[in-house]
Amino acid sequence: MRLTRTLHLAAATALLLAATACGSGSGGSSSTGLNPPDLKPLSKLGKSEGQVNLIAWAGYVENGSDDPKVDWVTPFEKQTGCKVNSKVAASSDEMVKLMKTGEYDAVSASGDASLRLIASGDAAPVNTKLVPNYKDVFSGLKNGAWNSVKGQMYGIPHGRGANLLMYNTQKVTPAPTSWAAVFDDAAKYKGHVTAYDSPIYIADAALYLKSTRPELKIKDPYALDQKQFDAAVSLLKKQNASIGEYWSDYLKEISAFKSGDSVVGTTWQVIANLAAGEGAKVKAFVPKEGSTGWSDTWMIYSKAKHPDCAYQWMNWIVSPKVNAQVAEYFGEAPANSKACELTSDKNFCTTFHAADEDYWKNIAFWNTPIEQCLDGRTDVKCVPYAKWVQAWTEIKG
Amino acid sequence: MALLTRTAGALHRRPRLRLALLLTAPLLWLAVLYLGSLSVLFVSAFWTTNSFTSEVVKVWSTDNFHELFTTPVYREVILRSVGVALAVTALCAVIAFPLAFYTARVARPRWRPLLVVAILTPLWASYLVKVYAWRLILSEGGLADWMLRPFGLGGPGFGLPAAVLTLTYLWLPYMILPIHTALEQLPAGLLDASADLGARSWRTFRSVVLPMVLPSVAAGSIFTFSLSLGDYITVQIVGGKTQLIGNLVYSNIELNLPMAAALGTVPVVVIVLYLLAMRRTGALSSL
Repeated sequence: MRLTRTLHLAAATALLLAATACGSGSGGSSSTGLNPPDLKPLSKLGKSEGQVNLIAWAGYVENGSDDPKVDWVTPFEKQTGCKVNSKVAASSDEMVKLMKTGEYDAVSASGDASLRLIASGDAAPVNTKLVPNYKDVFSGLKNGAWNSVKGQMYGIPHGRGANLLMYNTQKVTPAPTSWAAVFDDAAKYKGHVTAYDSPIYIADAALYLKSTRPELKIKDPYALDQKQFDAAVSLLKKQNASIGEYWSDYLKEISAFKSGDSVVGTTWQVIANLAAGEGAKVKAFVPKEGSTGWSDTWMIYSKAKHPDCAYQWMNWIVSPKVNAQVAEYFGEAPANSKACELTSDKNFCTTFHAADEDYWKNIAFWNTPIEQCLDGRTDVKCVPYAKWVQAWTEIKG
Repeated sequence: MALLTRTAGALHRRPRLRLALLLTAPLLWLAVLYLGSLSVLFVSAFWTTNSFTSEVVKVWSTDNFHELFTTPVYREVILRSVGVALAVTALCAVIAFPLAFYTARVARPRWRPLLVVAILTPLWASYLVKVYAWRLILSEGGLADWMLRPFGLGGPGFGLPAAVLTLTYLWLPYMILPIHTALEQLPAGLLDASADLGARSWRTFRSVVLPMVLPSVAAGSIFTFSLSLGDYITVQIVGGKTQLIGNLVYSNIELNLPMAAALGTVPVVVIVLYLLAMRRTGALSSL
């Protein structure tokens, strides 16, 4: 049956090809903007459903199978009677796609996935009163542009981190203070510069242009009109000449900095710590222009089959002890302010700037660029994420 | 028992029925799993996506192919990928020929099977382990740098040459084996006859050995060419910032499945053209 249908489709394709030759059909692209469907948050918790299906970043839902010492799922299952089934996703885009299958109850979405989930109505608003530990979450993480709409939270913050500038202290002198080290001055270390391999990295260039070329009037690196976007893209094309390699696998970046194949480029705190721990002479910091970063939020599916267990999970993962465990295991700043007292490394929260709100003010958290400018401009259209993806391919050449 | 005999008799009388029963299962497998998935790939290349939610919208359009042919970056990447595949194939052929000649005709007969095993050993190791080993060899201050330093040179570093080198290493056994077999089967009488007729070794090689082994080189090249054209992991690990067609498919698969499908049809077309070209050399019958 399916075969005949495929054959019909193939025949139709051939006909269509012949008919339209090179004509350009209308795409189904219409930006939904940020007017999420009117969904009501859960008003009160019901009976535990006995299980919950999660999508998470690697290291967020650990049941001891990766490392017997790293386990916060088993105690949760014992306490709540909710069996946890988790699926690890490798990218924000994969998370969005998995959520659409309808088989999952909750997801640990980064800012570049969360808005898409909110706008498409896949993520439900969250009743924070049902999550007792929410009150201890750092205020800087509440009601962010990436996890709320008009004061309504769409998830429970999990943790955050900044994209840092890392450099080899022996080969890069004098020590850089600005992102110029990887943009305007990148040619000095030609072939040894590295950058994060994702379209969202275009925002890093925009952030740099925001302070170096004020005439472009960039306010938000995720809300770029065509002119601002083109400037960022041409800056990145220039940078490409000095790039040794792009990284998306963090182990690859560690090895590149250890061997000296990369000497300067973007990184995450956890990578800097691991590289330094393995003997690489590196330092990582937030340059004077500020930086981009990521803030993860546990979001609940609007038609979740196990909402009660999902709420219990959200409360569990931001509870002080568990939040401390997961933050330490992954290498990020915890969301719960009380977690800092419970980390095994007492300096952990200082290293990761967990309570340092001034530090985070300089961080532009990952967000999904949409046509409707996120910075509030209405006179221009902004470049949507699909175009960022395309531009990223062209930048890499 | 009687039924069995009767069925056997019926089958014996009707050769067409016999053939149909024999071929139905494999043909269905070929049609549904192989051609079916290829046609689904081709069909989905004509769909589009919602630019915000990345959902596939089943609206027919030739936009993806139009973009494929008009965007300079796609053209460059396609040409680069074909170039890499050709370079790897040429390098493999150049390296494999003398090696195969040694293993098939020069080495003592009792060593030959052992040498063939030695050629095959790298295939037992995991692909990723081998590529990461090359990453270490080619990295700054690695083995390549260390070996070339006495000559005042440095290693190639990560980039396109590194990717070509690593792919050549990976697929070399697939080129050596067919050539080895062809050389092994070369009748010694032909070489003797050539010598008797006054040809020197170069002349014998050019007029006798090469024409008889060429189809096998072409057969080996089908492996090296198609494997290189489809590879995207090696180039991610040792290719530095280089993008090949596989990387473009990979980066589009989450956000723009139809575009990924359109890009995915390119290697299929290239391989089909390559197979057609190779068929003329008689390579397909010596596989």
